[in-house]
Amino acid sequence: MADQTTTDERDDKARAEDRATRIAALCFGVSILAALGLLVVYLTGGDTQLEGILLTLAFGGVAAGLGVWVRVLIGPSVIVEPRDPMPSRAEDRAGFEQDFDSTVDEVKVGGRRRFLLQLLGGAGASLGLALTVPLLSLGPIFDPNARRELFDTSWSAGRRLVTIEGEELRPEMLAVDEIATVFPADSDRAADSQAVLVHTRPGAIDLSTLPYPDGVVDGLVVYSKICTHAGCPVGLYRAQDAELICPCHQSQFLVTAGAKVLSGPTGRPLPQLPIGVDDEGFLVATGEFSAPVGPSFWNLTQGQDS
Amino acid sequence: MTAAPRPEAKDSLLDRIAGWADDRLKLAEGSRKYLRKAFPGHWSFLIGEIAMFALIILLLTGTFLALFYTPDTTPVVYSGPYVPLQGTEISAAYNSVLELSFEVRAGLLFRQIHHWAALVFVAAIVVHMLRIFFTGAFRRPRELNWVVGGILLLLAFGAGFTGYSLPDDLLSGTGLRIGYSALLSVPFVGPLLGYLGIGGEYPGVGVLGRLHILHVMIIPAGLLGLLGAHLFMVVRQKHTQKRTRRAREDNVVGEPLWPNQALTMTSLFFAVAAVLAFLGGVFEINPVWLYGPYEPFEVFAPSQPDWYMGWLEGLLRLWPAWEFTILGVTIPAIFIPSVVVPGILFGIVFAWPWIDARWITGDHAEHHINQRPRDVPARTAFGFAGLTFLLVIFVAGSNDVMAAALQTPLDTLTTVLRWAAIVLPVLAGLAAYRIAERLNQPVEAAPSSTVPAAKST
Ligand code: FES
Repeated sequence: MADQTTTDERDDKARAEDRATRIAALCFGVSILAALGLLVVYLTGGDTQLEGILLTLAFGGVAAGLGVWVRVLIGPSVIVEPRDPMPSRAEDRAGFEQDFDSTVDEVKVGGRRRFLLQLLGGAGASLGLALTVPLLSLGPIFDPNARRELFDTSWSAGRRLVTIEGEELRPEMLAVDEIATVFPADSDRAADSQAVLVHTRPGAIDLSTLPYPDGVVDGLVVYSKICTHAGCPVGLYRAQDAELICPCHQSQFLVTAGAKVLSGPTGRPLPQLPIGVDDEGFLVATGEFSAPVGPSFWNLTQGQDS
Repeated sequence: MTAAPRPEAKDSLLDRIAGWADDRLKLAEGSRKYLRKAFPGHWSFLIGEIAMFALIILLLTGTFLALFYTPDTTPVVYSGPYVPLQGTEISAAYNSVLELSFEVRAGLLFRQIHHWAALVFVAAIVVHMLRIFFTGAFRRPRELNWVVGGILLLLAFGAGFTGYSLPDDLLSGTGLRIGYSALLSVPFVGPLLGYLGIGGEYPGVGVLGRLHILHVMIIPAGLLGLLGAHLFMVVRQKHTQKRTRRAREDNVVGEPLWPNQALTMTSLFFAVAAVLAFLGGVFEINPVWLYGPYEPFEVFAPSQPDWYMGWLEGLLRLWPAWEFTILGVTIPAIFIPSVVVPGILFGIVFAWPWIDARWITGDHAEHHINQRPRDVPARTAFGFAGLTFLLVIFVAGSNDVMAAALQTPLDTLTTVLRWAAIVLPVLAGLAAYRIAERLNQPVEAAPSSTVPAAKST
């Protein structure tokens, strides 16, 4: 009876092994075909999806075949390895210390090791400083003009407003509720000078809330287009509420009240650009922005007139 | 199956190569014991390997991509096969990515595999770290390796961020813009850092070239170097193991490296490759041609960053608009959520092994047997609280999409999420603590009515 069971078990095992071998062989076979198929697809013009699927089959076949091989054919195997605690044995540690200390004396020159060591340290630190400071070349920090960069834009009094396409603007070209992205003329669309021209509804603007109450032309008002939060272009205008909305983190600015922050994570309004109309009837800036544009930085309230 | 040694086996090619090498490098002596190195066999021990395999695939596909990419912002007129952009003036960089996607055979496949692999890479690192955290595998002597793992995660973020910015499409510029603004917000040194980072005021000078070098050289070098250190420490300290009948602090119970573990690992590598090939081949990712070229005055809405940046995005959206100026020094609204809070979070992560030993367990001894989450309720509670916080701010990263879907005013939703970010972590932590304690109660002490089904027979 017992013998019978053992034989059965052996048969079962052999059969299972046979089956596993067949499966593994099938997997590898799929892999071979898929890889060759991949070559053909690639050479005959290629197709991303088909290539992806064939590559999946080629890799997957090897993965599955090997998986069956190691999990079923080789089967689980558990070994036990000894593990010593991490520190070195006490005598090894002591020995190292002793060997090291005994040679330290050789490094000393007439007992003046300390002095030499200090100088060597000084040399190392100075060299380190001299070699890392050139990293400052990465930015224009020695250029006195560069220090003004965050405060200045390309706008100045008399500069005409142009659209993205470079078209000069007259007040009547923008209907009520329309907005336009504007740049200073001939500035090559300077990124820091981008501004948004809004035609508000008649009488909607509360002039007393504007940094430049005079810098408005018939309901046309201009603000910096760079969000004061993290610098995304403030591009969405909800006309019925006169709100400019930043698409990045949804700061909302009330256009008719000096672009004050209605909600959202930003801490200050969009700076206003004062505008007027020149002799030929084109819209022009009449000054610079009311504050530094874009995301805030630590000395933004200083440097205004420095 | 016959194990009888064949006489000619001695002279097989493999033998001769191995012999040749050993004659010159004395390899057999040192390598022999590694054949029988024990690998504790719990599935969760393989997650770190998934990260490593994703990294290998990133390096291979990335090398291919690098052969076609140019980090050049010179304007060119697009004349490739993608009709909607034909005749548009775009940067040479964007042009090279379009060319790679539409004209280079298998280019799009490798580009998409690369992007998917990056997502999987970060995900695997995070899950791996969670496993380490909740099982206390960071405890002495492995504190340093935990820190190295944390730096690897930061480098993975850096690799993702720089890579995302390279195509010079509309979406890539947005991430860069926000990153620069965070740098700029640092009190006193922000403008300086900003200038050094991008070579001047935004959009800077030659930024793509810098990002490119970071992405293809400096960060990968850091990743590989630290991965080497990581693995060295694992081999040196040997693996931790699950508590079992045979596992003790002074042994390692597991499968031998050869053949079991080696073949399992190879199989896993191919499995990871297969999954990534499938994702990259079938699921479109980052279709830069749809976003159009980068223009500083345009934005793609609703813009969503890669998943692992979602928590930062959420922090930026949830943090109240607190901006103030003291003595002429302005603290920008984004400084706290984009610099300070992430700094604190990562600070806690890095310091965790010491925090844990000092305040949670008071246990400074060496350990090689892992704990179950229930064994240290306080740690588990803290972990769940942290995870819940991250989850809430992650969700907040798409509050505009959610508000639209739920037809709720955005402000209401933001307020709710703010409270959720404070309250839910506390609740989750308390719940985790209670559950862990409950599980710890000896079975006899439990009220008999709740367990008999499982215990009878
Ligand atoms: S960048 Fe405008 S709200 Fe954040």
